[in-house]
Amino acid sequence: MDWMNAVIQGVLLGGLYALFAAGLSLVFGIMRVVNLAHGDFIILAAFLSVVVVGVTGLGPFLSLVIVVPLMGGLGYAVQRGLLARTLDRGVLPPLLVTFGLSVIIQNLLLQIFSADDRRLDAGGISTASIGIAGQLAIGWFPVVVFVVGMLAIAGLQILFTRTSLGRAFRATADDQETVRLMGIDNRHTYGLAVAIAFGIVALAGVCLGIRTTFSPDIGPGRLLVAFETVVIGGLGSLWGTLMGGVILGIAHTIGAKLDPAYRELTGHLVFLLVLLARPQGLFAKPVRET
Amino acid sequence: MSLLSVHELTAFYGDFQALFGVTLDVEPGEVVAIIGANGAGKSTFLRSVVGLCASAAKAALFDGRPIGGRPTHEIVTLGIALVPEGRRIFPSLTVEENLLIGGHRGRPGPWSLARVYDLFPMLYERRAMSGPALSGGQQQMLAIGRALMANPRLLLLDEVSLGLAPIVVDDVYTRLPTIVGEGTTTLFVEQDVGRALSVCHRVYCFQEGRIALAGSPRDLTRAQIAAAYFGV
Repeated sequence: MDWMNAVIQGVLLGGLYALFAAGLSLVFGIMRVVNLAHGDFIILAAFLSVVVVGVTGLGPFLSLVIVVPLMGGLGYAVQRGLLARTLDRGVLPPLLVTFGLSVIIQNLLLQIFSADDRRLDAGGISTASIGIAGQLAIGWFPVVVFVVGMLAIAGLQILFTRTSLGRAFRATADDQETVRLMGIDNRHTYGLAVAIAFGIVALAGVCLGIRTTFSPDIGPGRLLVAFETVVIGGLGSLWGTLMGGVILGIAHTIGAKLDPAYRELTGHLVFLLVLLARPQGLFAKPVRET
Repeated sequence: MSLLSVHELTAFYGDFQALFGVTLDVEPGEVVAIIGANGAGKSTFLRSVVGLCASAAKAALFDGRPIGGRPTHEIVTLGIALVPEGRRIFPSLTVEENLLIGGHRGRPGPWSLARVYDLFPMLYERRAMSGPALSGGQQQMLAIGRALMANPRLLLLDEVSLGLAPIVVDDVYTRLPTIVGEGTTTLFVEQDVGRALSVCHRVYCFQEGRIALAGSPRDLTRAQIAAAYFGV
C-alpha cells in the first residue's frame, strides 16, 4: 500500500513538474533558447505572490489574477528588451545573458526577502485530503496542481494547433524570415511566446509556494527538474512534457520512499537512462527529414 | 501614378554591393518581368522592395507612399506579397495552415481559401498534408496560393520555375492570367527568357546590379536582349 501511495503521489507531483517545464519547453521550442534563469523566475513569481498576498490580503490562489499578468508583462519586456538582442548571434550569448539574469534575480530576492524559508498559506486546502482506502489518502492540493498542470498543457496544445497565434508561433519557429512576408512581426511573436511562458511560470511559482517552502536560492534546482522533465518527455511534445513530469515525479517519490536521500538521485538516474535509451525523449515526434 | 516606383535603389550584402542605382516602375494592372543572369541582382531587388534587404527611405514608393527602410511586416500589410525563391513552405504547418497564415493580416480582396482551392484544386485534395510532403511543383503552387491569400495589390514572384519540370512550369504559368484578371499587378523574376517575354507587358533586363535594357517585348529584338543579358 505504501508503494501504491508513493506512485500516486509521484503522478500528482508530475503535474507540478509539467508546470515547471512547460514554459521552458515553449521558449526553447519557438526560439531555440534555453532560459537558464527559468527556475529563478519561478521563485520570483512565488515571492511576487507573497507580496501581493501581503499588500492586498488576497489568498495565494486569487493572487494569480495579479501575478500571472505581471509575470507575462515581465516576460514580454525581458524578451523585447534583452533576449531579442542576443538572438542570431549563436548559442552562447542567450545562455550567458540568462545565466546572468539567474544570478541577479537570486541576489535581488536575497537582498529584499532575506534567506528565510517562506511559504504561501492557502488555508485548509493545503492539508485537506481524500481518504481512498485503508491508509491510502490523497491530498486535495496535489490533485488541484495536477489538474492545473493538465489544463495548462491542454491550453497550450489548443493554442498551438487551433488558433492563428499558435500558427504564427509554429511558422516563426520554422522560418523567421518568411514569417515576416506573411505580415507577422516576428519580434512581437517572440515577445508573446515568452509572455505566455512566464504566465505559466507564475502558475508554477504559486503552486510551488503553496506546496512547499521556498527561498531565493532554490531556482536552479527547479530549472534542473524542468530540464529533465522536458528531455524525458521529448522536445516539441506538450503531452510528452506532462508524461515526463509524471515519470520524474514517480522517480522522486519512489526514491524518497527507499531513502529520503535518494530522492534526487533516482530522478537523475531515470533521466540518464532515458537519455541513453531514447535521446530524443520518450514521446517526441519522429524527426522529419528535410 | 505608378503602383510601385523604385528610384536609384542600391543594396549591399556587407561590403559587397549587389544593386547600383536601379530605377523601375510598375503601373497598376501590369505584368512586368525581370530577367538576367545569375547574380545580376534580381532576387536582391525583390527582397529590397519588401524590406528584407535594407534600402533608403525614398528609394521605393508604393502607391505614392515611401516604403524604403520600413519593416517587412508593415510593407507586406500595405499590399505587397512575395513568393520567395525556394518557395519556403512552413514545414510544421499543413497545406491549409500554410494558406491561412498567408491571410494572417486579413486584408480584404478577391482571394479566399475557396478561391485559391479553385485555382489550385490539387491543394484542396492535399489540404491536410504537411507542406514538405508535396512535390516541388505543388509546393510552388502552395507558395503562390499563400501569397494570394494576403490579397496583395502587387504580387512579386521570385524564380517560380526554378527546379521544376517544364510541364509543371506550364501548369503554373497557365494560371497567371487568372491571377492578373483579379486586378493583381505582378512583377516576376524569371530565368527562362522565352517564357518571361511570352507573358509580360514589359521587361527589365538586369546585369551586374544595373538595368541593362527595358521595354516592351514587341519592341525588343533577340540580339538586344542577348546583349543585355550576357553583357557582350
